Amino acid sequence: MTKPENEWTWKELTVGNVILEPGNASQYRTGDWKTLMPVLEKNLCIHCGLCYIYCPDMAYTLDAEGFFIADSFYCKGCGICAKECPTGAIKMVLEQEE
Amino acid sequence: MGKRIGMEVSIAAAEAVKQANVDVISAYPITPQTHVVEHLSEIVANGEMDAEFFCVESEHSALSVCVGSEATGARSFTCTSSQGLALMSEITYIVPPLRLPIVMILANRTLSAPLSIWNDHSDVMSIRDCGWIQYFCENGQEVYDHVFIAYRLGEDRDVLLPVIVNMDGFTLSHVIEPIELIEQEKIDKFLPPYKPIYTLHPDHPVTMGAFALPSIFAEAKKAQEVVIRSSIPKILEVWKAFGDMTGRYYSPIETYRAEDAETLLVTMGSFGETASVAVDKMREEGKSVGLIKIRLWRPFPLEAFKQAVRQAKQLVVIDRAVSVGGPGGPVASELRSAIYADDARPSVYDFVAGISGRDVAPSDYIQMVEKAEMEIREGNREGFEIYGVRE
Repeated sequence: MTKPENEWTWKELTVGNVILEPGNASQYRTGDWKTLMPVLEKNLCIHCGLCYIYCPDMAYTLDAEGFFIADSFYCKGCGICAKECPTGAIKMVLEQEE
Repeated sequence: MGKRIGMEVSIAAAEAVKQANVDVISAYPITPQTHVVEHLSEIVANGEMDAEFFCVESEHSALSVCVGSEATGARSFTCTSSQGLALMSEITYIVPPLRLPIVMILANRTLSAPLSIWNDHSDVMSIRDCGWIQYFCENGQEVYDHVFIAYRLGEDRDVLLPVIVNMDGFTLSHVIEPIELIEQEKIDKFLPPYKPIYTLHPDHPVTMGAFALPSIFAEAKKAQEVVIRSSIPKILEVWKAFGDMTGRYYSPIETYRAEDAETLLVTMGSFGETASVAVDKMREEGKSVGLIKIRLWRPFPLEAFKQAVRQAKQLVVIDRAVSVGGPGGPVASELRSAIYADDARPSVYDFVAGISGRDVAPSDYIQMVEKAEMEIREGNREGFEIYGVRE
């Protein structure tokens, strides 16, 4: 979106509210829905990528050191990654005020 | 002038869909809509029409198919009745905000229960607020004509809205009438190919039907509301162009011997024909009675209606659906609101009549007018009753 949706007037909407910009759901912050945040204990991680595979929001990305890290912009805190992690390396912790 | 031949109204409606060069037809059979789609399936199967006919498993799917096909730019048509419309209703609300100009003929039939296959307007009133443009037809010729009018209007870039053509079940759908068919060359000129603004196409990906957060939903609804309200000049323009082509001019509110009338009957759909016979009889007896026929139900033609009832003392509204537990029939309730701000407004006496296809003869209209006039004289200015019920 060219500007935040709460700034659009009714006259500016496209006919039929069609979205012309493919993939702009990536601009939608779902990360502020969560109360719990996944935290990775790196010495337990075996780099299997199950957290990446199971994440329903594709919030996980591979970092330069080969660890999968959840992007807090998208992560909704559902905890599926922590449940599926075979070594128990992911813990769900209460998100702290920044 | 085109050929005038006797044919069943449903068949004439199907012929109109063929002549309108529709690309996709999707429907599920239900009485009394059946003859329209049966005939269309024959036309397509015989190769007389270059269209896809989708046999689906429900009305919900019938309209869903049309949403998909219309979104790709294919001119699409569906047709249903009563319970079928009820099953379809989820999708009927989705089409207008998507601005897909699908056309649907609704062979109006009673909603169950008690189970009934006959004609009234309870089906369409259940989706009154869904946002489709809605015409009510008085006879078979109007049904045939309004298929072309509906596509021309709906597909106009300033409108881009779906249109329902209401055709009273059996009373119109199964009756043989003289229909003046329009030459194909004329239709082709009146109804150019559909040119949508946005279509679903892999080369130009767009999202249709996305969700809206509360922060933008109201803006989307306002845009939809403004577009249907401001479509009235275009509706008039399309009727004018159609009239110039055929000599049949239509208007949102049609009046019959209404000038100077103290009492005005108000009808929608096929009841207008019988009511006009009753008006003739009452006029012969020197009574000051006229008739108003509402042809355009959505968007409601507020100004034309106010203009038509300006001089009347009382309106006798014939509703064909019950708003159970509500303030009267749906039409009368709306008409009362429309004139409420006018100090010299006429009284509105509301009869629900002819539900589930019960006959309403000219003598019934006369009785209703007499009853309403008497009640109003006695001070019951805003009455409501279901007419002809055995006590």
